[in-house]
Amino acid sequence: MKIGVPKEIHDGEKRVATTPDAAEKIIKLGFEMYVETGAGAAANISDDAYREVGVTIVDSAKALWQAADLVMKVRGPQRRSELAIDELELIKPGQHLISFIWPAQNEELMRQLAAKNTTVLAMDSVPRMSRAQKMDALSSMANIAGYRAVIEAAQHFGRFFTGQITAAGKVPPAKVLVIGAGVAGLAAIGAAKSMGAIVRAFDTRPEVKEQIESMDAEFLMLDFKEDGAGTGGYAKTMSKEFIEAEMALFARQAMEVDIIITTALIPGKPAPQLITAGMVKSMKPGSVIVDLAAEQGGNCALTEKDQVVVKHDVTIIGYTNLPSRLANQSSQLYATNLRHLLVDLTPNKDGVLNVNMEDEVIRGATVIKEGAITWPPPPPKLSAAPKPLNEAPAINAAAGAKPSALSQWLPLLLAGGALFGVGAVAPESFLSHFTVFVLACFVGYQVIWNVSASLHTPLMSVTNAISGIIVIGALVQISAPGIMIAILSGLAVLIASINIAGGFLVTRRMLEMFRK
Amino acid sequence: MSHGLVTMSYIAASILFILSLSGLSRPESSRRGNYFGMAGMGIAILATVFSDSVHSYAILIVALLIGGFIGSRAAAKVEMTQMPELVALMHSLVGLAAVLVGFANFMEENSPLLGAEKTIHELEIFIGIFIGAVTFSGSVIAFGKLCGKVSGKPVLLPARHWLNLGLFVITFILGYLFLSAAETGGGTLPLLLMTAIAMLFGVHMVMAIGGADMPVVVSMLNSYSGWAAAATGFMLSNDLLIVTGALVGSSGAILSYIMCRAMNRHFLGVIAGGFGTTGGEAAEVVGEVFPIDAEETAQLLRESKNIVIIPGYGMAVAQAQHTVYEITKLLIGQGKKVRFAIHPVAGRMPGHMNVLLAEAKVPYDIVFEMDEINEEFPRVDVSIVIGANDIVNPSALDDPNSPIAGMPVLECWKSANTIVLKRSMASGYAGVGNPLFVHENTRMLFGDANDRLQAVLKALQV
Repeated sequence: MKIGVPKEIHDGEKRVATTPDAAEKIIKLGFEMYVETGAGAAANISDDAYREVGVTIVDSAKALWQAADLVMKVRGPQRRSELAIDELELIKPGQHLISFIWPAQNEELMRQLAAKNTTVLAMDSVPRMSRAQKMDALSSMANIAGYRAVIEAAQHFGRFFTGQITAAGKVPPAKVLVIGAGVAGLAAIGAAKSMGAIVRAFDTRPEVKEQIESMDAEFLMLDFKEDGAGTGGYAKTMSKEFIEAEMALFARQAMEVDIIITTALIPGKPAPQLITAGMVKSMKPGSVIVDLAAEQGGNCALTEKDQVVVKHDVTIIGYTNLPSRLANQSSQLYATNLRHLLVDLTPNKDGVLNVNMEDEVIRGATVIKEGAITWPPPPPKLSAAPKPLNEAPAINAAAGAKPSALSQWLPLLLAGGALFGVGAVAPESFLSHFTVFVLACFVGYQVIWNVSASLHTPLMSVTNAISGIIVIGALVQISAPGIMIAILSGLAVLIASINIAGGFLVTRRMLEMFRK
Repeated sequence: MSHGLVTMSYIAASILFILSLSGLSRPESSRRGNYFGMAGMGIAILATVFSDSVHSYAILIVALLIGGFIGSRAAAKVEMTQMPELVALMHSLVGLAAVLVGFANFMEENSPLLGAEKTIHELEIFIGIFIGAVTFSGSVIAFGKLCGKVSGKPVLLPARHWLNLGLFVITFILGYLFLSAAETGGGTLPLLLMTAIAMLFGVHMVMAIGGADMPVVVSMLNSYSGWAAAATGFMLSNDLLIVTGALVGSSGAILSYIMCRAMNRHFLGVIAGGFGTTGGEAAEVVGEVFPIDAEETAQLLRESKNIVIIPGYGMAVAQAQHTVYEITKLLIGQGKKVRFAIHPVAGRMPGHMNVLLAEAKVPYDIVFEMDEINEEFPRVDVSIVIGANDIVNPSALDDPNSPIAGMPVLECWKSANTIVLKRSMASGYAGVGNPLFVHENTRMLFGDANDRLQAVLKALQV
């Protein structure tokens, strides 16, 4: 099967969907690779680098789309009249396509693709499951965007990030506020922190507190109980009261911090507006806001998409192509995500795609299958965040317990019957010993049940020493008449006393080692 | 000493034993618990020695002294890595002592008992010797398996369940013969035959159990040694023996149960032996192994903040616990968070790893149990697996055909990186392939654990 990778035609898009490294491994899966000439140029990858690993370089976009059975791209298909290329026209009927699609926002595109009887896998629709992490392009791109956001902020910020005390005076460290601690937010925290800034972060999902703190940033607590975790590890819309409390917090922080990086997104909805014009006004002159949600309308009221604007002496950066601004790195990661997806799509490594709709990951990513729109997929079975328990398992448990009632009672009945049988025939003296025995079993059970796992070995060696109590049995017999009895008992005493001395002493030796 | 005083001493001893066991359930009170045990044993022995029923002291004192000397020498010299062997060996001694006491009691002819009481007494002798013999031979085999003298692989004879059943039936018949012969003062032959069969039974039972199940076997034999003591107590009508035996027996049984639960195995399944008798073919493990060297490991550790160390039997074999702690101290000194994660069945006996770490003076508040730490792995930068295999095998969770399917494991593959120290690519004691080794975040550090860790330590120090 032939895979084609065209040059991206979106204005300012520098990424490319495969790298020589990835292409080499894809060829090993049994595919033939075709790359349009100059496709990697903007990401500093030459045609020769592709040729070296066995990729065929194709002269024009048209020839490439014509040759390929599967086209892999970064951006979804689009028209560019100034380049005289219309990718929607170029798609052959029945062709396969893997790229970002955003099916919810691009219904028209979806209809056109379906009309061409294509099979489309959307990299933005790969389900968020641990198994699919290696093909999660949203995360790998978000990671780059977060890093680049800090670099852009540094570019427009007139001071150091790190604090210094020099002969020429004291430099205070920059204060950075990161709103939304998803992948991008955490990457931004890490980058800002490593440049020496004081970093604070806020998120509506309390479970990310630990992640933020693990990056050495300060988690801004909101004195308000509401969990913002939605399905699939994303955030959801919060209540009005919560948002008011949150806005008050941001207003206070805006006056204090130098840089704000916002990454708050809710799937399928416009970005929540968190930084008002008033807050921007209250910021110190020279401050910077980087709005990673600019594509979805922006978290800041004054953001302009794809522009850098200065308002109230604050620079507001609304770039939507941050990953593209780190083209080589993001091409590498995206190409690897694609390669992992291909590995799952070709289980036999024979260069034949198998779009297996039983596979949960492939099912989620496939938005059009042979002309039929298959989006949205059924809800994922697993969530990245722990879900609160719902009713269903409890009902199941109750149903499961019922048939076992008999098997629960049966041993008890049997034991009762056996005890009754013993009681009916055994003499008095035996029964008194038996009482002691049964009670002692219960005491042992109660005493041991909660033993800490770290003490299992000492416990065994001490019970071993205690079971040396059998020496008593030998002692009471040693004075009985008969040389054989004396020898046997003597031997038993000797053996048991090895046990007693050894067991207790080795336990003591072990316990001496247990220290806090 | 009068009978009343002896009884009182026995009660005191029983209480001390109970306090001893309950003391051993928490680290803070464990040392006191051990002393309670010693005191109880001292009181019990002294009370018996000075009781009316003992009047020849020569053999007694010599035997006590020799035994005590051998025991204390062994306790002082044993390496902590050999603890499982020592414990198994000591269980066999209790079993042997129970057999000897049983025979001695059988030979004591002038018993005053009559009728049903006499029959019960004979039965008690029979059962006591049976349990003792099973404990003895089973423990000897367990000892052999633990120190490598007997192969750790389960030896599964054809129709082994029928064989066991046959042995049981013969034991029953012998029991009947013994009881009827004992009426007339005979019965030595059936008793000896039964002892031989019981030993065979013990050997067969432990031989069939795989190496990975050794923690269960050791605690199970611990339980048996208790039951042997309790049976002896019935035989001699001695309540102290009954109480103590029952305490040890039930505590051992619970410990075995806890171990089985940690492996998601059915207790009877372990006893019946063998591995993976149900289900289809387990998935083959294929993929690329990424090796790493000591310097790269040190580099990776230097860059990480949150490190978890997972020790396994390989650490015990290589005696690497001291090196591990040297590295731990160094990393903690650099402000990193280093913790230990212990699987309940890591090593060859319950709590084996805790003892080794304690020997290396690792403070026990950085040592965590599986349940405490499993949820932490996604936030861990590096997990270091030292000579462990089955307890970190992801196929236990996601491959229903795996022989260890359903066993809770340490989910170290969820951490950002995993380094596995291993001698070679051979599979673990359970003979199960491990997809962890070909996981994309896993790096293999091949070689002797101690040797490699020394190299890592050196690389970290520069």
